[in-house]
Amino acid sequence: MCLAVPMTLVAVDADGGGTVELDGVRRSVRLDLLDEPRVGDVVIVHAGYAIERLDPEEARARRELFARLAAAYEAGVGGPVALAAPPPEER
Amino acid sequence: MSVARALAGRIAELARALDGRAVRLMEVCGSHTMAIARHGIRDMLPGNVRLLSGPGCPVCVTEPGYVDAALALARRGVGIATFGDMLRVPGSDGSLASARAEGAVVRAVYSPARALELAAAEPDRPWVMLAVGFETTAAPLAALALEIRRRGVGNLALLCAPKRVPPALDALVADPELAVDGFLCPAHVSAIIGARAYEPYARDHGRPCVVASFEPLDVLHGLAGLLEQIVAGEARVDNRYARVVRPEGNPAARRVMAEVFEAADARWRGLGTLPRSGLRLRESFADLDAERVHGVAVQPGREPPGCRCGEVLAGRTEPEDCPLFDRTCTPAHPVGPCMVSSEGSCAAAWKYRGSQGRKS
Ligand code: SF4
Repeated sequence: MCLAVPMTLVAVDADGGGTVELDGVRRSVRLDLLDEPRVGDVVIVHAGYAIERLDPEEARARRELFARLAAAYEAGVGGPVALAAPPPEER
Repeated sequence: MSVARALAGRIAELARALDGRAVRLMEVCGSHTMAIARHGIRDMLPGNVRLLSGPGCPVCVTEPGYVDAALALARRGVGIATFGDMLRVPGSDGSLASARAEGAVVRAVYSPARALELAAAEPDRPWVMLAVGFETTAAPLAALALEIRRRGVGNLALLCAPKRVPPALDALVADPELAVDGFLCPAHVSAIIGARAYEPYARDHGRPCVVASFEPLDVLHGLAGLLEQIVAGEARVDNRYARVVRPEGNPAARRVMAEVFEAADARWRGLGTLPRSGLRLRESFADLDAERVHGVAVQPGREPPGCRCGEVLAGRTEPEDCPLFDRTCTPAHPVGPCMVSSEGSCAAAWKYRGSQGRKS
């Protein structure tokens, strides 16, 4: 029942409903479980309800972490690959 | 794929650092079970790292007596709105799918909000939404209850058996037979309840906990996180899904749930009755409680004979160890709920582990 894919909120209606979009496909969504939903929020949808927002900074940090892992692997580092979160200044 | 290879390499390296010690990691959530099966993640793991499925499939832990109560309603003409996974779950005597084949009004819905439309389209028929699931689903169901109230819908009630994940973990860590070295904590349940909810299992029970999403790379990243803690001899809550999961969870969702539901003791298939592990409607929502409105009660039902779902859900048995697995029990002819639900361990094992996984 869970979808991992975040979708972008493109409309917020007065009655607690709204519209999300992913790759040009739009779906209606209920927004009763979010405080102050705004157009442009990237949300996680479960059973037709937005259950949480995606934090763009954290999402970027994870993308960068995985990119570094891939780069280290491809460079054939051989030694231990650090999985720990990057130091704050790198984020 | 180099991220996957890098993560697999890291896991292999950590497994070697365990010096031959075998560890068992439990994935608590059905979405993890599916991702692990679909992407062959077990096969990527070193021999001394075993994965175990927990009680994370909401349909599977729902007791047969609940299905019996839903069937009783369906057979007297009440319209049933349900998540599709419930359709083929066996009760003591038939399933909702078989009742529908006999003419009962049973509609599969993706969202609880759809039940409002069904009830509005047939205002003379009483409708009941089957309210099962963990916190991720309980929050939308609570929002549905508020919306029924707000719109003054008079013909829609809820048959309530939502469940809470932490009391199930309490039961698991209290079981001296369960040797679990760490928990891969659910993704979207945690979005509601927050990563902090797992602190007792790390702090008081010494079990490393990692919150991870269920995309395949996130699962690997989460498993690596568990092994890092085990190798270092630590036990804490590591939130590796911080892009969605906050330490305190989603305050709006928690508020909506607290307004509608209160904790109550509940029966789980496999784990028995666990204190405060279920959610029931508060007294102020009694007029939406299908058990009261329609005079039905959820009684303990009869488990399918020979089915070992209960043990599978408690992490005591693997699907392949059930004598019925792949013999009388297959996804086309499921005997127990763990083979019915797409999130069930037996269905995942049957579909993805293939014949190598089946013991003959
Ligand atoms: S294989 Fe079938 S009968 Fe055996 S435990 Fe799983 S669901 Fe039950």
